[in-house]
Amino acid sequence: MESILLSILTMGAIGLFFSAVISVAYQKLKVEVDPRVEKITDILPGANCGACGFPGCANYAEAIVQGAPINKCSVGGMAVAELIGEIMGIAPEDVVRKVARVLCQGDNEKAVWAGEYMGIPSCAAANLAGGAGKLCNYGCLGFGDCEKACPFGAIKVNARGLAEVDENICTGCGLCVQACPRNVISLEPIDKRVLVLCVSKDPGKISKSSCKVACIGCGLCVKKSPEGIALENNLAKIIDVEKINDESIEKCPTGAIRKLE
Amino acid sequence: MEYLVIFISALLINNFVLSYFLGICPFVGVSNKIDSALSMGFAVTFVMTLAAIVSWGVYNLVLVPYKLEFLEIVSFILIIASLVQLVEMFIRKTSPTLYQALGIYLPLITTNCAILGVALLAVLKGYAFVETVVFAFGAGLGFTLAIVMMAGIREELDGADIPSPFKGPGITFITAGILALTFMGFSGLIR
Repeated sequence: MESILLSILTMGAIGLFFSAVISVAYQKLKVEVDPRVEKITDILPGANCGACGFPGCANYAEAIVQGAPINKCSVGGMAVAELIGEIMGIAPEDVVRKVARVLCQGDNEKAVWAGEYMGIPSCAAANLAGGAGKLCNYGCLGFGDCEKACPFGAIKVNARGLAEVDENICTGCGLCVQACPRNVISLEPIDKRVLVLCVSKDPGKISKSSCKVACIGCGLCVKKSPEGIALENNLAKIIDVEKINDESIEKCPTGAIRKLE
Repeated sequence: MEYLVIFISALLINNFVLSYFLGICPFVGVSNKIDSALSMGFAVTFVMTLAAIVSWGVYNLVLVPYKLEFLEIVSFILIIASLVQLVEMFIRKTSPTLYQALGIYLPLITTNCAILGVALLAVLKGYAFVETVVFAFGAGLGFTLAIVMMAGIREELDGADIPSPFKGPGITFITAGILALTFMGFSGLIR
């Protein structure tokens, strides 16, 4: 009994002594921090996703006080930018909301299968092993590395084995873009509604035989809207959404170009 | 002479990083540049020596008289945590650049097992006060030596053509292993 009491007292005394020393030192060695940094840190969503280009929300708050643009937070969007603007005394410019888009339509039915992958169920592992069994070397692997990376539950592998983004939940943080070993996911402005949903750079013959919905680089779409689309590495590339003729989308033989609703 | 033996032994023969494998986290984490490695080494040496002195005092003047030796680990951790807080505040005040460079590894000195190891080993070996100071200082310098050597090698490795499977952590661990092997050569220095 006595030793219990004694230990409590001793540890308490040691603890008190050091806390006293630390609190004195804290007063003496206090570093003045701009109070705005703390306020902005409180306003930021705290997701620490890194979409703004800084390691975390606290770092971004520090950078804002030193003059970084206030509209980089895609998670908080306009609302957060306005609140930060109030603190900093500047009007926010428009935050262009970006969302992740999966640029692949080669689901389990539409892709052509070469074999079966029996390894670790992860996209990164399957990519190292040469793919998940689909003949296409560019498309979605469907093991959901992006799903695991998403802190908001916005991207999911659907029943057909293809990653799918819910654009209402997606904050455009870009973590899935980094997680995807095949770079199938890309961040696009939400108002860009015409997309080439394929990233295959294979020549038309090969991409045609490996997936029913691949961009085969035929160039029909380019003919219909030469100022809106260009052909690059056997792949249609959108230059200007405004100048895309609807015919381009309709004429695509594989349906690789899509207009989103 | 006896102090010299303790010093050399802690510095080289029983180097805390390369023979006891304590304090590996900052050893790998902060060894990409010689500058920050040196600062880290000195910060650790400082905390280590101070922690050993204070914990020697607490152990011999408080715990032993009251027969509370079983509290050594708890009280030592408390001491180390407090000291690290002090050092952190001090560095933050005096050198913000160094504070940025050390980053998360500075508060992590708290959980650096090498520091707790020094304090515990000094008690285990029954060192007197001066012996404890020499032992802790030697161990700290040994840590500095190891981390600076590692940083020097890693700076050279940045320009080397490393096969891609070994890039990054791979080559770092291999380097650490080879360094540890070379330090085994000291094992016959003092009987």
